[in-house]
Amino acid sequence: MGMVTESQFHVLAVDDSLFDRKMIERLLQKSSCQVTTVDSGSKALEFLGLRESNESDDPNAPSSSPVTHQEVEINLIITDYCMPGMTGYDLLKRVKESAAFKSIPVVIMSSENVPARISRCLEEGAEEFFLKPVKLADLTKLKPHMMKTKLKKESENPAKEDNAVLKPEIREEEPSVIEILPLHQEVEQEPMLSNNKRKAMEEVISTDRSRPKYNDITTLV
Amino acid sequence: MELGQMQKSLQDYTKSLFVEGILDSQFLQLPQLQDESNSDFVSQVVSLFFQDSDRILNDLSLSLDQKVVDFEKVDPYVHQLKGSSSSIGAQRVKNACVVFRSFCEQKNVEACHRCLQQVKQEYYLVKNRLETLFKLEQQIVASGGMISAMDLGF
Repeated sequence: MGMVTESQFHVLAVDDSLFDRKMIERLLQKSSCQVTTVDSGSKALEFLGLRESNESDDPNAPSSSPVTHQEVEINLIITDYCMPGMTGYDLLKRVKESAAFKSIPVVIMSSENVPARISRCLEEGAEEFFLKPVKLADLTKLKPHMMKTKLKKESENPAKEDNAVLKPEIREEEPSVIEILPLHQEVEQEPMLSNNKRKAMEEVISTDRSRPKYNDITTLV
Repeated sequence: MELGQMQKSLQDYTKSLFVEGILDSQFLQLPQLQDESNSDFVSQVVSLFFQDSDRILNDLSLSLDQKVVDFEKVDPYVHQLKGSSSSIGAQRVKNACVVFRSFCEQKNVEACHRCLQQVKQEYYLVKNRLETLFKLEQQIVASGGMISAMDLGF
């Protein structure tokens, strides 16, 4: 839709290679994401607040049962596949098995194009599988997955309903638009790019090209 | 040399690296990640590549010089080098690593030694060329000129 979200997406990037961490961090930052990088799957779990189940020596460590309070909100986990110890696939499984974190989208990266590996990861719940080297253009695929988590949170929180309010209004008005005006009528778009979406919508509706133009406006906002 | 000439030299030099296959289009991804807040990204990441690679090549030499070569150790090094050279756009290094890995799989020590030499050769070549590239850029900037991403592509 192109609406500006007030807070950035926060991505947890996991890779054992310092070089790759630097690359993915910069790629994500350039895609307007806040980034936390860690060098292993176990550190990733630690960051999320989910310890490995065999860590029983620390009485103060949070148990691996569902954590109700998530300190840091993570909108996506992007992880390398080939890592010593816990692989990206192992990490994916742990995340998807956890009640608290299974809704976080996980993306796997690998420099090796192994179809069996790719389908295994996708079957386990990975949203995407990126072949390295990851390009800036690849990261545009992440937004829809991260948006899902944000929208889910917003629907749970009734405070911000701008988006929700706008849609029904359009649907009501649209049918009346079709019959009204001749084809050649032009409307200036620039003055309508104001924050007052309702006003913009009323002006748009007064032309027959309102439907496609409305779409133009939303994508420009 | 005047600025215009220097910029032309830089463009020609950069172009030659692509024509010779020393760099591939992945290298052009790097300037896209550079901006005002990360104005040194390209040189930082290339430096990191050099540091990483120097270390890996050293470790590889040591591993292959062992009486009994442990391919479980050798392969990850080559994998790592293949990955970083691929991310940087150092095409010939990457390709040499691909060949190297296939011989690792076959546990062919003799061939692996040859591969290591080949990888080193390609690596020193790209290192040398990139260092020259950065020097040319520095000269331009020192003379008051600007480097744009356009200078690195064609």
